[in-house]
Parts: sequence; structure tokens; C-alpha cells
Amino acid sequence: MKRTHLIILIGIAALIVGLLVFSVDFSTYDTIQSAKNKQGKFVHLIAKLDKSMPITYDPINNPNYLSFYAVDSLGGQTKVVYHNSKPGDLEKSERIVLKGKMQQDHFDCQDILLKCPSKYKDDKKMLEQKMKEEVSSK
Amino acid sequence: MIQFEGEHLLPGQIGHFFVILALVSAMVSLIGFVAAFRTPDLQQKQAWQKFSSISFGIHFISIITIFSIVFYICANHYFEYMYAYKHASKELESKFLLACIWEGQEGSFLLWSIWHATIGLVMLRIKNENHLSRWKAPVMTVITTAQVFLMLMILGIYFFDVRIGNSLFTLTRYEIPGPIFSQPNYLSFIKDGMGLNVLLRNYWMVIHPPILFLGFALTIVPFAYAFAGLQTKQYGDWVKPAMPWVLLCAGILGVGIMMGGKWAYESLSFGGYWAWDPVENASLVPWLILIAGLHTMLIYKATGRSLRASYLFAILTFVFVLYSTFLTRTGILGDTSVHAFTEAGKAINVMIGLFVLTFALPMLSYLLFNLKKIPTIHQEEDTNTREFFMFIGALVFFFAALFIILITSIPVYSKTPFLKDLIIKLHKGPLAMPEDAEFLYNKIMILVAIIIGFLTAVTQYLKYKKTPAGYLTKQLRYPIIATVVLSIALFLLYPIEYHKHGLGFLIAIYVALFFMIYAIIANGMYIFLVLKSNLKFAGGSLAHLGFTLMIAGMLISSSNKQVISDSSVNGINVPVAKDPMTKKDDNPTENLTLIRQVPTKMGDYQVTFLKDSAGNEKGRKFYHLFFQNTNKQSENDRFVLQPDVYIMKDNNMSSNPDTRSFLTKDIFTYISFAINTKENEDTAQFKTFVMAEGEKNYYGNGYFTLDSVVKNPNNEKFHFTPNDIALMAAVTFVSKDSMHYKAYPLIQADSLGVLQVDDTVYAQNLFVRFVGIEEGHKIKIGVKESSTLIDFVTVKSYIFPYIILVWIGLIVMAFGIMMSMVHRANLSPKLGAVVLVLISIGLCYMFLFAG
Repeated sequence: MKRTHLIILIGIAALIVGLLVFSVDFSTYDTIQSAKNKQGKFVHLIAKLDKSMPITYDPINNPNYLSFYAVDSLGGQTKVVYHNSKPGDLEKSERIVLKGKMQQDHFDCQDILLKCPSKYKDDKKMLEQKMKEEVSSK
Repeated sequence: MIQFEGEHLLPGQIGHFFVILALVSAMVSLIGFVAAFRTPDLQQKQAWQKFSSISFGIHFISIITIFSIVFYICANHYFEYMYAYKHASKELESKFLLACIWEGQEGSFLLWSIWHATIGLVMLRIKNENHLSRWKAPVMTVITTAQVFLMLMILGIYFFDVRIGNSLFTLTRYEIPGPIFSQPNYLSFIKDGMGLNVLLRNYWMVIHPPILFLGFALTIVPFAYAFAGLQTKQYGDWVKPAMPWVLLCAGILGVGIMMGGKWAYESLSFGGYWAWDPVENASLVPWLILIAGLHTMLIYKATGRSLRASYLFAILTFVFVLYSTFLTRTGILGDTSVHAFTEAGKAINVMIGLFVLTFALPMLSYLLFNLKKIPTIHQEEDTNTREFFMFIGALVFFFAALFIILITSIPVYSKTPFLKDLIIKLHKGPLAMPEDAEFLYNKIMILVAIIIGFLTAVTQYLKYKKTPAGYLTKQLRYPIIATVVLSIALFLLYPIEYHKHGLGFLIAIYVALFFMIYAIIANGMYIFLVLKSNLKFAGGSLAHLGFTLMIAGMLISSSNKQVISDSSVNGINVPVAKDPMTKKDDNPTENLTLIRQVPTKMGDYQVTFLKDSAGNEKGRKFYHLFFQNTNKQSENDRFVLQPDVYIMKDNNMSSNPDTRSFLTKDIFTYISFAINTKENEDTAQFKTFVMAEGEKNYYGNGYFTLDSVVKNPNNEKFHFTPNDIALMAAVTFVSKDSMHYKAYPLIQADSLGVLQVDDTVYAQNLFVRFVGIEEGHKIKIGVKESSTLIDFVTVKSYIFPYIILVWIGLIVMAFGIMMSMVHRANLSPKLGAVVLVLISIGLCYMFLFAG
């Protein structure tokens, strides 16, 4: 077999693999409203914790049940249920990416990614905030 | 103009001066090296080179000075400097001072440039004739160009309205607007800096970035030599001098990547060493391409083939390092990665983009225009040769790298103007990763592993150019028999239990494991049978053995990873879903709540949350979890794990796992929730009972007896001498479910007064106190029944079986690569031995003993 032929062959194989990969059901970023129209479909939501609503987490009774409410910039709101422990800095997060499926009345979340101002601190707003706190506490 | 009090402006001014000096000297040096390689006159060339070398020396000294000043500022807590304010704090232990320098964007650019400068210095000191007349000038041209870019990143000078780079020496009052900065004594208000992120307070943060950045910095060398090859028109001669550098880079970058994995595994609560996170991928991709390039370069040296591919891979390795810089530092990954830096401003992003393009586009076009001139052998090779199979392996690695980077770049597509709209149109929304992102990678990588396993096993037994018929089958007979026997043994004795993705994937895991075992045995035997244990040439085989051992360890430890903190054992959880394959529950009930002093079953272990204790740092708390193997009684099977958390302000926490390592498995545990809310605060009161020995009384959930009163006890808990005045009561509580609990409250009198040491029965929410003594051999016992639970902690616990193979494999691989490096660089035997011994001590310490 000629080397060039072989390279072409491997290239074709790689292409087929590539096509297979992209036939995978890639997900989408959705708003809460558009996710509600895609019941049961795996989506990514970019939202914020709704601080006016209660967070339910009672680790003594069930350490694998967390529920809270999320809102997005377009005003959509949903209850979120996460069968896992409560991420440490949920309350502090500025923005959350929720991965999961909308199930009638709630969003069944499989993974939460928090964007916290504290995590990586190259954030001037956060510094300003801290500076203000420090000064006012004097 | 306000005169500010207490500022130390001098170090900053000196620092800023040296940044400018470093930039200017890099530019001067660049001009000199360009002039040197353009002139055909040897004498003139040497004059230019000498000139540039001096300038580069100044550049090196400037960079070291910048680093020292940043260190000085952080170490002295000069919070008037933004960098110190953002990254240092007074409570920070001094061992983390270095870590806080490379925590930020600017500091890590500085670290990168230190390594480039060091590599440049080594290049300037090589005395080889060929090097001086040919390679030095073009290679240094590339390195100094990169240095110019890196210095611009930390320059911090305004050019009209745009700030070029972010200075390490900018003042806090320039960066943060606020009324306090109009007060001359503003510094007296800044009590402390922000400090190093608690997640990063770890010894890995001290050593991982320097090693990883050294690996990244070294990738510039093959790129520079490829440029030198094209520039000098000595198209193939660069391969030989570049080879030791490529090997050094392969070893260091490989170790650097896996150090990140070990760090994530050991001290971050990601639950593993590899998660296909974009930032991890971005460092893996250059390594894969580098390894592809290493093999094509070996082919070229032996047969004269694959030179064009070597050029391409050498160039792309560095280009992908730059691209990964672009991915991780511009904030483009945004919502997809847990470790990416946040954005540092638009100007920096543009500069990073320019940095990538300046190297990628001209160099790739340069290669394209000269492609026809690069010598190649037109005669087709035989298929039963070593070079043929090595080339396939290189190609597979290259495609694997492309695949990974294509998927990793998904966030980039959604920000590319035209592509973005196309995707939204076709996909009906912005593209995001599928439900099981890891599986998307794993199912492709398992195929790659199978092919690579096969190739690493077989290829060494082939000869370059032509392999005699029958040679291969004769040599490979014993390895294949040994592999079949071992694989069957594995299948029977230790089957893989990974059914999550169906039978097809399970079979793929077995096939991959088979080929890994095959490759391990074949490479091991090769060293003895073919090389006759001549270790000088054994580097390659050893590296292959280590690599395949590492992959085998990954396959086993990930497939048979076991969650033991399954809260369904407590009957607390309702199953959510069924696994399609095993019909077993497959739900993420991986958190288990442990109530203090109540033994709870986790897998083979009975685990008791004993107590918590404070760490050295503010807000750090260790939880003592006592593990006891219920099947075995040996000393080894009883141990205490101490995972810890940092509780920060407003009840946020960050968790660090603790791991117990055995030869056959690791028990990995971390705290997933540990915050007691205010509702748990105790409002109950002590109720006092007057009792004599043997008497019985009742409490809410049962009865208790006073067994005995001991004077000056000397036992496990208390150590008194006959001269003390202390009384201990032994009380037994029997609850309604007839469980017995012992409590030993104590009362003690000394010159300071009376002291009571209460005891607790957490399982029954009881506090027990020795209140005092009554007439007639009676004592007063106080019992407090809390209405709420007293103390608990929620944990996650995994068993990673045979994970030690991953680390041993890595060590063997790195050692093998370094052996080849020593061999190819023609180091003297003495120096070579010293290098290898140091490397193996370092690796064994880091991956097996530290932590």
C-alpha cells in the first residue's frame, strides 16, 4: 500500500468519526422560556439565582435534594431541582449555568456551573465592593 | 496634588523601568539576530550575534529583577500596589508567596517569559560549531520575538487611549475608583489584601505552574528550529539539534499536565484527575502534536522520510500552545470551564489574538511556500517497516489532537461572526456540549487508545527500511501468549464493571485494556530480548511502557470507580432512574450525611464522624472521619481521613478532599456540605438528676444509669494523678431501640476553681454534665436534650482502584523520555546519571509520597 493512499484512508476514517461526533445530540443554550417549550430536552440555561425565593436544602433528611428558583435576563422563572449536594457558593454566585431538562413544573438539573466573583478575582467590581465594605467598617 | 502617606513608590518605579528595559533589550536583540541571519558574511554575523547576546543578557537580568521586585512587594504586603492587593494577604503563609505571583494573568506571563529567557540563555551558551554558524541567529530570532510580545503584555503604558498590557506595578488607587483614594491616609484603611484564592492554597499551586509553563515555553524550541531549517535552507539538518529539546519538552509538558491532574484529584473536589475540561484539553493538545512530531522526526533521522510532517507538527505544537493561551486567557471559554482566567480587558485580548496570529500565519505560509523545496523520498516504502507504523501512530495522535481541539473550541464558534449565525440557523440555538460531554471524548479516545496500544506493542519489533519475513511473528510470539493469559485472568478475576454506556463500550474498554497489556509486555520484553538490557537505548521502550501503563491505570480506575457514599444505603433516597444495562439504580445519590459519632456504613467501611478541628488558616476546618473495614480487622484497615473545608464569609465553602492510598485502591473523600444553619443553635436547658451509683432515671428517648463514679481517672480520655481532685461519672444511656451509649462527664477542682468537662451522646442529641456532689454518696448529673441535631457533615466518597498505576506509569514514561533525552543530547555519563537520578527522585516524591 502506498503511504499517500494510507493517509487518505486515515483521513477518511477521521472524517467519518468527525461526522459521527457531530451527529451527536449537541445541546443548546436556552432561555428559561424557550426551554419550557422543549420539555424533556437536554439544554443549558444561563440564569441567576432568584434571591427572593427560598432555597431548600436539608442535608440531614436528604443530602441529595436541593431546590431553588432561577430567573434569567428575559424575566423567565423556574423552580430548579438538583439531586446532589448544595454547591458551596450558590448564594454568592452572579450567574449560574444549569444543565438539565425541563420537566413540567421544574427544571431537573444534572450539573451546575457557578460563576462567582470570588473564584477568580480579576474583577474590579468585586474589589470596589470589598474596598467599600472595608472602609465603612472602620 | 495630594501627598499620600505611607506609600512605597520606589520599588514600583524601578520595576517599571526594568519592564521597559526588558522590552527594549528584547527588541534590540531581535533586530541584531535578524541582521545576523541575513548577512552571509561570517565575521559580520558573529559581530551581530555578540551584540545581540549582550542585549539578551540585559533582557534576562531585567526579567529576573522584575520578578524579584514583584516578590518583594507581595512579601512586604505593599497593598498600594494593585498586584499585591489582589493576590497577597497578611495571613498567607510564606510558602504561598510564589503562588500568589503566578495566580494572576500578568504574573503568569512573567513566569512564561522567565522560562523563555532561560532557554534563550542556554541557546546562547551552546558552543557547537554548527550551532554558532547556522542555528543560533534564527532560533534566537523566534525566541526574542515571543519575548517582545510577552513584555508588551506586562507593559502597562497608554498609547493614546489604549493601555498596552497590564503592569504588575500599577497602584491600587489608579485601578479602583473610590472616595477613599482622595484621602492622603487611605493606606491606613486597607488592612489586608484579597489574598490567594483558597482553592489554590496548596503546594501544587507552588510547583505545578512553573513546570507546566516550562513545558509550554519549551515548545517554542522545535518551532524555532523549524523556522531555522526553512531560513537556512538546510531543510533537514535542524532535526538533530532539535531532538533533545523535543524530548525534554515532551517529558516536562507531560509531567506538567499530569501534575495538574494529580492536583485536581488530590485537593480539588472535582472527583477525579481528568475531566476533559477545556483548560485541561488546551494543554493536552500541544503535547499530543509534539509526540506526533517527535516520532516523525525519528523517522526522518532513520530513513529520510516524513520531513514535511515534522515541520508541520513542530510548528503546530507551539501554535496550539498560543491558541490555548488565547482560549484560557481571553475569557472566551466563559461558561464552559471551571479553571479559565477571567477576562483582563479588551486590549489584552486583542494582543493575545495578535500574538497567536503573528506566529501562526507567517510561519504556516512560510512552510507552504517552501513545501516543494523540502526534500522527500518519492519511492514508496514497505508496509512492514518501523517507519510506516510509526507514521500511522503519529497521524492518529495528530487527528486525536484535532478532534479534541475542535470540540473544545465550541465556545469560540459561537463568538465567530459568520459561523455563529450559521450554527444558530442549523442547530436552532447556540451550540452547547451534549448531555454527557465526557463520553463524547471517551468514546473517541478509547479507539485512539486501541490503535496506539497495538502500534506501541508491535512497531518496535519492526526494523527501519525493511523487516525480514518471519522476524516479527517470531519475536512477538511470547508477548502475545503472555498477554492473552493475563487478559483472561483479568477478565475472570477482576472484571470491568462499567455498564453505563452499554455493551459496545464495555467491549471497547476490554479491547483497549488487552492492547495496553500487550504493549506493556511487548515493550518490557523488548528491553530484555532485543536490546539485551542495554539501557542506553531503552528510553523509548520504557517511555512506551510507562505511557501504556498509565492508560491502563486510567481505564481500570475510571471504569471501576465506585461510589461508597451512596445514601440509598440509609434508605433516605428515592431512586430517580434505572441504568438501561444493569437495571440497577443509576442516580447521583452520591452524598451521604454523617451524624457525629454515629457509625454509618459506606461500602466495606464503617465510617464515624469523630470531631472537627480548626486549621492554621482562618476559616479552615478539618473533619476527622474514622474508617473501619468491617471485613478485615488489621491495623491497616482502620484509619482517619481528614478532609477539610474553608468556610468563607456569608457561609460559602470550598472543600479539599483527603485520600487514603493503598496499593490496590485509593479511598477518596471530601466534604460536600458542612454548614450548620442557625436553626441548629441550641436552646435546650440542662435538667439535673441526683443519683447514686447503680440508680436509674429517664430521659426523653429512654433511660440511663449511673454505673460508677471514678476518682482521678487515668484512662484513654483523662490522665489524672492521685494528687489531683477530679471525679468522673460513667453513665450508660439506653434508648428505646435498646442501643447503649456511654458517656463520661467529669468535674475537676484546682487552684483556678471548678471545671466541668461535659460529654456528648450525639446519636441521642444529648449533652451530659457532672454538676456536683450531694450528701450520702450521691452526685448531680445534668442532662440536656437538644431538639435539633447537633452536628453533622455531608460527604462524598469514592474508591479509585489501582489508581497508583496511573502515577507509576507517568513516572516510568517521564523517566524513559528523559533517558532518551540524555542519550540524544550526548550528555556525559556522569551528568546524565545525575540528571536521571534527580528526575526520578523528584517524580517519585511528587506523585507517590507527597500530599
